[in-house]
Formats: sequence, C-alpha cells, structure tokens
Amino acid sequence: MLALELAVADGPATPVANEVASRSLRQIVWARLRRDKLAMICLLTLIFLYLLAIFAPLICDLLGVDPYSFDKESISDSGGGPVGPWGGISTEHPLGVEWGTGRDIFAQLLYGLRISLLIATTATILTVCFGTVLGIVSGYARGKTDAVIGRIMDLILAFPFLLIILALSGVLTQRLTQLGVPDGNPSRILYLIIVLSIFGWPYLARIVRGQVLSVREREFVESSVAMGASRFRILFKEILPNLWAPILVYATLTLPTYIGTEAALSFLGVGVLPPDTSFGGMLGNSVSYFSVVPSYLFIPGTVLVVLVVTFNLVGDAVRDALDPRAGRV
Amino acid sequence: MSQSVEPAAGEPALRVSDLRTYFPVRSKGLFPKTIGQVKAVDGLSFEVFPGETLGLVGESGCGKSTTGRSVLRLIEPTSGRIEFEGVDVTGLSSKEMVPVRRKAAMIFQDPYNALNPRHTVGAIISAPFAVQGVKPPGGVKAAVQELMERVGLNPEHYNRYPAEFSGGQRQRIGIARAVALRPKFIVCDEPVSALDVSIQAQVINLLRDLQDEFGIAYLFVAHDLAVVRQISNRVAVMYLGQVMELATREDLYARPLHPYTHALLSAIPVPDPRAQKQREHIMLSGDLPSPAAPPTGCVFHTRCFQAQDICAVEKPALVEPTTGHQVACHFPILEFLGTKGILGPDPGLTPQAGGSLTGAAAGSNDLIREIGTDYGVGPDTPIDPGPSIWR
Repeated sequence: MLALELAVADGPATPVANEVASRSLRQIVWARLRRDKLAMICLLTLIFLYLLAIFAPLICDLLGVDPYSFDKESISDSGGGPVGPWGGISTEHPLGVEWGTGRDIFAQLLYGLRISLLIATTATILTVCFGTVLGIVSGYARGKTDAVIGRIMDLILAFPFLLIILALSGVLTQRLTQLGVPDGNPSRILYLIIVLSIFGWPYLARIVRGQVLSVREREFVESSVAMGASRFRILFKEILPNLWAPILVYATLTLPTYIGTEAALSFLGVGVLPPDTSFGGMLGNSVSYFSVVPSYLFIPGTVLVVLVVTFNLVGDAVRDALDPRAGRV
Repeated sequence: MSQSVEPAAGEPALRVSDLRTYFPVRSKGLFPKTIGQVKAVDGLSFEVFPGETLGLVGESGCGKSTTGRSVLRLIEPTSGRIEFEGVDVTGLSSKEMVPVRRKAAMIFQDPYNALNPRHTVGAIISAPFAVQGVKPPGGVKAAVQELMERVGLNPEHYNRYPAEFSGGQRQRIGIARAVALRPKFIVCDEPVSALDVSIQAQVINLLRDLQDEFGIAYLFVAHDLAVVRQISNRVAVMYLGQVMELATREDLYARPLHPYTHALLSAIPVPDPRAQKQREHIMLSGDLPSPAAPPTGCVFHTRCFQAQDICAVEKPALVEPTTGHQVACHFPILEFLGTKGILGPDPGLTPQAGGSLTGAAAGSNDLIREIGTDYGVGPDTPIDPGPSIWR
C-alpha cells in the first residue's frame, strides 16, 4: 500500500464533499481488499508475524527465554536429548529446547523469523527498485539502451543461480568484510540480500518494460513532452503511476519466494552461522533428530508454510483487487 | 464568430517552410538496415497568423497528424524550417525547446488517452505550471480552478480522476491544460472526431471563444470537412504528405480548384435527401498509394479524373492563380471560379472540364457512376418505394 500512496501523493487534500465521489486507485483497491475476508485474515497474520519479528527481543525478555543461553537442566546428561515430550516442551520452554545445548526453540524461532523477514523484505525492496527503474528506462529509451539492458537481463537469467550463489559465497562474503561490513553474520546476510536482488530484478524489469512499451504510446506521455517535461518527470510521474498494479503483485509474490530461497540456502550452509539461525538453519539442524524429535522439523516448517501461504494469498488478493476481471485460475 | 485575420497582418505565429518528415523503413534481422522511407510529410510550407485557424484536411494516412506533431517537434522532422514568432526552433536541443513549449501547446484526438488516468484533474491541468516553473498570481490551485470554470467544468471537481468524466468533459480538461500557459499557438489534432456530434459543436465553440479571448493561432487537423469549415479561416488540403490546395475557407468551399478538393467536397453528405440524390459524387478510383513509394509527378495522378500524361511526369508547383488561393495542379478546375456553390448539384464535375481526357480517366468516371449506384447515392438510383404498408 505504501507504493500506491506515492502514486497519488501529489495534489492537496480532497474536499469532504467529494470524498465518496472521487476515489484514487489506492482507495478503490483498499475497499475491495476490505471485503475479501480471507485476504484480511492473511494480512492480519502477516502483520502479527512482522510484529513478532520486530519485537522478538522484547517478547523473549517477557517470557524469560533467549536464543543463545544454554540450559543444561532441560537436556538429559547422557545423550543431550531434551527432557520431556515433544522436544522438551514445558512452561519454561514453550516450544522445547535444542538437542545438545538446551537452547530455547521459541526464542530461536522468533530470531530466525527476524532474520528471514529481514533478508526477504530487503531483497524484495531492492529487487523492486532495480527492476522498476531499469524496466522503465529500458522500455522508454528503446534502441541501444534497451538492447544493452536486455542483454544484461538475458545474461543474468541464463546463469545457474543456485550454483553461483553457493560457489561465490566464500569469496564475496570475504570481500564484503574487507569493505568494512562486520565479519560473520552481517556480511553473510548482506551477501544473501545482494545475490537475491541481483538475480531477481530481471524478472520484474521484463514485466515493467512490457508495460512501459504500451503506456509510452499513450497520448498523455506525448502531451508531457509537448509541454516540455523532463525525462525524469515523464518516466516517474507520468508512466510509473500506471505501473503500480504489476509491481505490487510481483512484490507480494516475490517476497515468499525469497523466504523459501533463503531457507534453502541456509539449509545448504550459505546462510547465517550459529549461534544465530534462520528457518533454513533450524530445518537443517532438525534433519539429524527427525526420527526422535519430529517437532524440530514441524515447528519451523509450520511457521514457514504459514508465512509463505499467507503472503501468496495476500498477493493473489491484491491482484484481484487491482484487476477484478482477471479472476483466479 | 472569430474575426477574419488578413494573412498579411504582421508576423505569423508559426511559419513552416519545406517541412519534410520521413520515417525510415528498416529491414528485419540482427543488423537492421534502412531500406526505404515513408514520406509522411513531403515539403509542406504554410503560415499561421495570430488569432487565425488554419484547417488541415485530408484522408487517413495523408500526414495530417504527422504534420501537427512535426511542427511541435514531437516527431523529429527530417528537414525544413519551423519558426515560432520568427524564432527558428528547428535546430534547438530538447532543453532549449522547453521555453519554446510554453508558447505552443497541443490538444489531442482521444480524450481517453490524452489524460493520465492516475492523476487528478487538478494535477493534469496544473502540470504545465509545474513543468515550466510558472507561478501564477494567486496560486496554482486558484489558476487551475479558474481555467476549469473557463472551459465549462465544475471547479469543485478539482480532485476527481479522468475516468469520472465524459468524453466531452475530458476534452475540456485537455483544452484547459493546453491554454493554461496562454500559448500563442495550439496544434489541435482532430480534437472533436472522438466526440458526439452534439458535443463537437460545444467544443468547437469553446475553442473559438478561447481563440477570441487569447488571440491563439490554431493549426486544426481534421478529416471532417464540415468541422473544418466551422472553425477555420483558411484551409489546407493534404494528400500523401503534400499540400494540394490552400485557400481561405470561403474560397475553398465555394470555388475549389483542385480535383482532389472537388472529390472531398462531393463526399460531404447533404441534409436534404432529394439534393443528396441529385448530386454528382466523385468516387476516387483505387486506394491511397503507399507513402513509401509515392507516384511520380503529381502524387494524385493515379486517382485523378483530370489526369493527363504530364501529370505522371512533372510535379505541379504550388501556384497562386488568385490572391490567397494556392493550388498544386496542372489542370485546376478553373471554369467554376465564382460560379458554383459546393453543396448543390454540380454538373460541371464531368471529365470534359479539364480538356481532352485519357482513356483511363474516362473509364474511371464510369467506375464512379457504378460505385455511386452501389452506395445508393448515384444519380440514376431508383427511388425505393419502402415497405408496402406505406403505399
């Protein structure tokens, strides 16, 4: 919704008398979303999850848990397995404890959610920025600029994405450290954000470019040229407001993909290092103990599924609200 | 009624000399080559004086709109000279053009496409102020609301979106935007052809009122001769990117010289069905030739009922047989000077007019009659008695 606010930000406040009669795109979409019960439930769930992530340290303090401290009491002396059923669920540890260390799973889950959402959200914002700007420029300039940007996109899309990320992680995180990013997890998180955005923008840029090719032929663009508007004004004030629908839909559908990709990368060992963790890390750890303590897999797995599904449903709902005629497939 | 302006009065608001706009035709493939040119506008020269309307008519694809856009350099002309109030703007960079664009504006054909659907009316009409950095006395909002009132819109609808207006209202929004900076010159690209006939008259009256009030010069592009007759002081008839005839409105409609103008005028429907039936229709044979490969000599000779051998060889120059009446034709229909009204039956429009005829032209006249009959408007069409209940 933030994005749409930008689109209609100019112009003074609406007089009260006209409020019902003249509604901006944002108001229309919001009214349609409000009527969609499933979308509202999903939206509230998402807000709840984001709040959990943002206030993770506060919540952990309140519950008296923290993701780093070992609790020898809660694990057995012999094998290091959690004491009690379902991975040691107790009043002290609401979702159980980790095998071997006794670290609290609930606290890890909140901090993991924090890292996953941080990476996915930032990467999505960067993807949208790169993709939109390059797509608009490419579609409006056409000719040589379009050809150069187009070939760069082809090149990136042709890369074996996962292999490159795995292969380059060591070198590039080191390079980031040399550039002054703190060693360890900050540089690894930054690395993930960078590679996700770099490999993600061409998809959006292609969508945006296609839209620009049709929007630029409309006469209001020509009328801007005729009044002497700058290139910047034409691109970002005249054309961009007509592109929010595809951009918004793409963003809401990309974010869950990034959460999943980040989990996969962490599972493969490119993500954050212990003692910090993310969904992928927790799922990775759970593999060794799955037959004994299945809750290690199910707890982060469930949250991950809920997160991705709600995001996808919200994305679908936004698309439907923007274009009610399209219908769901 | 707009005052008639003498063509000699002072400096023209716009002077165009030998304007040419060619579009390259490129071959497909990895390394496209220019393999030809579409000559959309091919050597136009005309002037528009302050407070005057120059109508530009012609059939689809004759380069009317391209001319309008080339004049404002929305399409880059290939060659020629464009002067606004004596200042040559042909070589100016897009930055240098910005102050020039304050003096010239454009009104578009399609009121649905010409307004950004994501901007409010207030934002659309105030855009020229924002773009040109003009701060009207009393503030932008007051200026915009004054403009809205001037063009007949409710100023309280300042915050509405274009989708909430009808076609005619949207065209008024486009007009308000065009006159916002009090330009000296406006290109009207078929401003009423997308509107209902009843709305057309309102919009034309509005354009005329604004012209009287601000002394704006219009280049009025249209294919509808009746509309052009309504608003223009002078009219230029275009065919395949070239001016065939340019005259004052009275002259052109009463005493057309060019065969093509005759053909166009004979296509105007007449409200009286009896007169309509008795009129001679000139149906041009064949299609509009491709502007990528225009005919040699006179571009119109392939379809002209007056054409003779010289027409295919030598291009007729634009001459001025009577004052202020220019025509580009080897065999202008001079016999009718001062004798014919346009809308009545016109027996003179027969091939004998221009002297001896080639067989092709005579044949084409037979075709005219045939097609005319097909359309039910030929001279020999039997009267349909109508349903039997009326008999």
